[in-house]
Parts: sequence; C-alpha cells; structure tokens
Amino acid sequence: MLVLLRPALVLTVIFMLLTGLAYPLAITGFAQGLLPHQANGSLVIRNGRLLGSELVGQAFTGPRYFHGRPSATSAPDPSDPAKTVGVPYNAASSSGSNLGPTSKVLAEAVLTRAAALGDRPAPADLVTASGSGLDPHVSPAGALAQVARIAAARGVAPARVEGLVQRLMEGRSFGFLGEPRVNVLALNLALDAEIP
Amino acid sequence: MTTDLIQAAVYAALLIALAVPLGLYMARVFAGEVTFLAPVERAVLATAGIRQDEGQHWTRYALSLIAFNAAGFALLFLILRFQHLLPLNPQGFDGVPAHLAFNTAISFVTNTNWQSYGGETTLSHFSQMLGLTTQNFVSAASGMAVAAAVARGFAGRQTRTIGNFWNDLVRAVLYILLPIAILLAVVFVMLGMPQTLAASITATTLEGGQQTLALGPVASQAAIKQLGTNGGGFFNVNSAHPFENPTAISNLLSMLAILAIPVGFCFAYGRMVGDRRQGTALFAAMGVMLVIAFIALYAAERAGNPLHAGLVSPTAGNMEGKEVRFGLVGSVLWAVTTTAASNGSVNAMHDSLTPLGGLVAMLNIQLGEIVYGGVGVGLTGMLLFVVLTVFLAGLMVGRTPEYLGKKIEAREVKLAALTLLVMPIGVLAFSALAVAFGAAQASVQDAGPHGLSELLYAYSSATGNNGSAFAGFNANVPYHNTFLGIAMLLGRFGYIIPILAIAGSLATKRAAPPSAGTFPTHGTVFVVLLVVTILIVGALTFLPVLALGPIAEQVSALAGRTF
Repeated sequence: MLVLLRPALVLTVIFMLLTGLAYPLAITGFAQGLLPHQANGSLVIRNGRLLGSELVGQAFTGPRYFHGRPSATSAPDPSDPAKTVGVPYNAASSSGSNLGPTSKVLAEAVLTRAAALGDRPAPADLVTASGSGLDPHVSPAGALAQVARIAAARGVAPARVEGLVQRLMEGRSFGFLGEPRVNVLALNLALDAEIP
Repeated sequence: MTTDLIQAAVYAALLIALAVPLGLYMARVFAGEVTFLAPVERAVLATAGIRQDEGQHWTRYALSLIAFNAAGFALLFLILRFQHLLPLNPQGFDGVPAHLAFNTAISFVTNTNWQSYGGETTLSHFSQMLGLTTQNFVSAASGMAVAAAVARGFAGRQTRTIGNFWNDLVRAVLYILLPIAILLAVVFVMLGMPQTLAASITATTLEGGQQTLALGPVASQAAIKQLGTNGGGFFNVNSAHPFENPTAISNLLSMLAILAIPVGFCFAYGRMVGDRRQGTALFAAMGVMLVIAFIALYAAERAGNPLHAGLVSPTAGNMEGKEVRFGLVGSVLWAVTTTAASNGSVNAMHDSLTPLGGLVAMLNIQLGEIVYGGVGVGLTGMLLFVVLTVFLAGLMVGRTPEYLGKKIEAREVKLAALTLLVMPIGVLAFSALAVAFGAAQASVQDAGPHGLSELLYAYSSATGNNGSAFAGFNANVPYHNTFLGIAMLLGRFGYIIPILAIAGSLATKRAAPPSAGTFPTHGTVFVVLLVVTILIVGALTFLPVLALGPIAEQVSALAGRTF
C-alpha cells in the first residue's frame, strides 16, 4: 500500500495544478481577454450606472413595470442571522421554492397569485416560482397578461405597450430549441425609453 | 407538443452522432494508440514514479484506485476545512464544518457531487477550483479507468493483468476530459456564462433596489461538471441559474456533454472486446429504458399539477421550479438525462416535479445508474446485470452460462448478485435508519407522502452517486452528512470492487469459440431479457416504498388533498 502512496499523492497534486489551477485560469484569461462582456456577467450599464445583468432577473413591484416570475430566494434576517426572510431575486443566493406538488403552501401561493392577476386561467409562469428564483424571462402570455395594467399606469393605449411586447419577444433558437419568451428587464428598459 | 418531440429527437440524434466517434476514440486512448501528448504523459508518469504500461492484477488495480481516491479525499477535506487560511477567498468565507467537509469531500471523490452546501454562500474560489474542479476531473477519470480495465478483463485471454490504473487515469484526463472541457468552457463563455475571479458585483436595479450578483469561474466548472457526469454546480440551483445555463443552446450542449461519454463507452466497449455488436446491444438496452423514462416523465409534467386545474393555464404544464427559457421539454429531457446518467446537475427543481415525474427521476437512480450511467461506471454497472442475465438465461436452457466465449461460473455470479444489495441497503435500510434514529422528520420540508419522497430521494441520490436532490430536504446536519457520505462510498466502491474482481477472474479464462448451444448476447432477445431483468429487480426492490411516497402522493393530488 505504501508504494501506492507516492503515485497517489504526486498525481493528485499534479492534477490539482493542471485541472484545478491552470485550466480555470487559462479559461479565465482567454475569456477576460476576448469575451469580457460575457465573462463579467453580461452587465447592463446605462449612463454609467450598473443596472444588473441581461441574464439575471430582478425584482419589479411597481404598476408601471412588467413583473417577472415569482421568486423564492431569501436572505439572512437582519434582526436574527439564524433565520431567513424572503428577498425575491436575490442573486447572491439562488433558490427555488422546492415545494412539493401537494404542498399546502404551494397551493395557497398559486391561488393568491392567480387571484391577484384576475384572469383565469392564469399563465403558468406568472403563478409558479422559477427554479433559480432569478428567471429573467416571462412567457409571451405572461407579458401580455400585464399589458392593461402598465398601459393604465403610464396613461397610454394598451396597443402601444402590446406592440412593444411583440417587438421584444424572442423566438426559439434555430426555430425549434427552447421556448418563446420575453426578457423582463429588456422590456422595462424599452418601456422607459419609448413610453416614459 | 410537436416542437417538444422535435427537440427530444434532435437531442437524441446529436447525441448518437457525437457518441459513436467519441467511443471509438476513447477505445484507442485506452489502448495507448493516441499519443499526441506523449511527452506530457511520460513526464507526469515519471514524476509520480510510475512505469508505463506495467500490467496490474485486479487487486493491485483496485488498491491503486483506492489509494488515489483516499489521497484526493484527504486533500479536499483539508482544503475545505481550512479555506479561511488559504488564498482566493474574496468573500472571506469561514472554514467548512467537519461533517460538511466530510460529506462534500466524499461526494466529489466518488463522482456524486451531492451538495449539502450552497456554492455561492459557502465556498471560496480556492475550494471551488483547486478542490472541487480537480476532483471533477479525476473522479470522472477514475470511473473511466475502471471501465477500461473491465473491458480489458472481459476481453483478456488467460492473462493475470487488466491494465495499469495510473496510465488509464492520466490518459483519461489528458486525452479525453481536458481537451473537451477546454472547448466546451470557451463555448459556454460565448453563450454568457461568467468566467472571472471576482466574487460578486452590486447593481442598482431599475426600481432603485440593490442586487448583488454572485460571479466566479463558472464556465470552466460547468464544462467539466457535465462532461464528467459530476453535476456539482457553482451556484446553489446548479444549471437552473441563468449564469450557469443562460440559453436553450447552452442547455442542449450541457445535456449532450452529460451523456456523450457514457453513451460513447458502449461503443468503446464494443471495440475493446473486439465485437462491436456487444457494445451496440448494451447501447440499445440502455436506450430503450431512457426513452421509456422520457415518455413517462414528459407525460407527467405535461399533464401538470391536478391541484391547480382550472386555476392555471394547462398549456405550459407544471412550471413550478422550472425556467421559462428551457420550457417544459428542456427541463424534462434534462431531468431524465441527469438522473439516468448519475450526473445530478439540475436545470429545474426536482422537488417540485409532479408526483409521478419525481417517481421516474427517483427510479432512474434506484435502478443502479446504468442507463448510460456515470462515465465508465455506468457501463460496468450494466455489465453486472449482463452477468446476471446470462446466468438466468443459462438456468432457463440448462447450460453453463457464457459471455464473450467465457464461462460465467459461481464466483462471477456471486459477486454480481452481491451488488444487487447495494441500492437496497443504501436506499431502504439507510432511509429506515434515518426515520428511526436520524430525526428525518426534522429535515423534510413537506408534510405527507412527499416528505418520505424527499428522504428517499436523498438516499437514492447518494447511493446511486447521482447528486441531484429534492432540495427542500435539509441534508446539511451532522446525521445526514455522515450517513449520506457512507451511502456514497457504498454506492461507489460497492460496485467498482466486485466488477473489477469479475474482470480479473474473466481475464484468466480461456475463450471458447461460439457453438450451436451458445446464447448470443448481441441480439434482440438478449436486449429484451436484459431490460426485463433490470426492471424486475428494480421494481421488486423499490415498488413497495414508492407506493408509500410518490404513488400515495399522486393519489392524494387526484383526490384534491394538500399537506
């Protein structure tokens, strides 16, 4: 067994340097050099202000903006660090609800969210929490269901807002891959730019 | 529905198109025929004091593997415990508690990558890179080495040796894992995965709130976590995180990376034993089970949660815990792929799958991770069932069973039968222990039958070396960290050592040419027999407990009951 110790230890250290250090650092160097936008988180900067990331959803609560999907992320409770409180779209601690299908908490949450939307049946993505808690998209139906509220809040005809949604809708990649969707942050930025 | 099926069909077609040439390439690598990095290979082996191509008896091969994994465990454990004293810790995380470090070190050394911790809130970059990423490579390479040795043993002609572990290990990393990982990581960055040494950046959102975005060397870790069927994510929610899986394209590439090597090993095996039909038969048997699992899981998720009928539009299916950009089918395909392959990365929260969808995911693991399975070990797990099936077929016709012309005798059958106990012990006995003594009720999140499913899934995932979770289950307590760790060891070495012993034993045997009475192991009859054997063993072992968990939950949901 002892004669096996040398190859075991030496190979572990060599692989640590090769695959644990050289490999990620080489990829980092390449990415920072040639693909800095993606490598640093696809950041959205407007007038010198960092607004977030194109890829990561953020919390919208006001009536003037499109809202993203329900988010189950949380953060430590400031008054008691042993506990957590719900902080939607906390991109420092991703999480889904992990509620099982027969969970009473889930059933009640879905009911409350659907009631807030009014129309039935509600688009599934607007009444269910995303897997990451950071889903940047809503479905086309999920965006269209919010058009009336935003048009009223901004005092414009719903057709204008709807036209914006239609324009920013993203289709499936190569026509078959993934799902049609709308990026909520991009949509809200367009909203502020075009229908202030 | 049509687009969904097109997506699944394109995935399958691309997978086969990649796996066949990759398999033949891997066979050449393990035969020592690929030499473009020969100087590096020689230098590494010389530094470690290894003589190239010195054949090892199976016991020596197994001991080398164990020594290597033990060294990996010790180093990883120390890195995690003392990460606060090490560099590259921009967030100033504390050392990891002993039970969590124990669990995590075993988890990554056994290629399970079960995560009791939340990546972005617990681990320093040093731990993620030098600790975890290293093991992502070498635990995968260990499994691949085992497959190469087993194929050699099965094909061997009256020889005592089954190859050299150190050679196989180095070749798997240098010629297979590292080159593909580099390519994949670069593509992943292009698709939007971050790759930086910065830990986080704080933005002011459009509504004026603060949002801290966790960052890091994500792409490099994501590439190898898929390729090596490791599955351990950079972020807590793994590949559901938009930074760890930004688009439907990265989703497809990730799924291809998960299964390319496991599927490729079927074809590599065919070439290594000198009869391609043998590999194709295994490929077909696994494929049948994968397709059945996909159809079942897809149907369950598409039907949606019966409790939300009328309230939620049925067109999207069950979207709780899923991401819009992948859609239902992108999440279902992933769930089937990751549980079949012992990968364990997730792009949707399995805890929120419908009861029957969750059942399929769990059963995929409980069958022993042989539907392609983990890199290398999926193939060898399947070969254990091949030995059993050949034995059963031999019993039926009253002849001494043979495989590849070699007599399968009492020793081989006993060893294979022994491995049938691994999953029942790790899943059923350990779950029962946890219920009786481990305060399992305190760790489950959901009440009712789903609570039992959460516990069962945890011990299935650990024993199957899968690593995915019904993540509502709080495993990060000393009891579960310890026992899940033991289950992972059992599920790794409980298969690897018996199959190496079988290979060592078969290597010494004489191969007789096939006669009129030989039962062919490459035709449809054999494939059907093999699949039926696996399903019967799995069903007999797990149906009773699945009836108490997911099936009871489905019945409750249909009756409109919540818990």
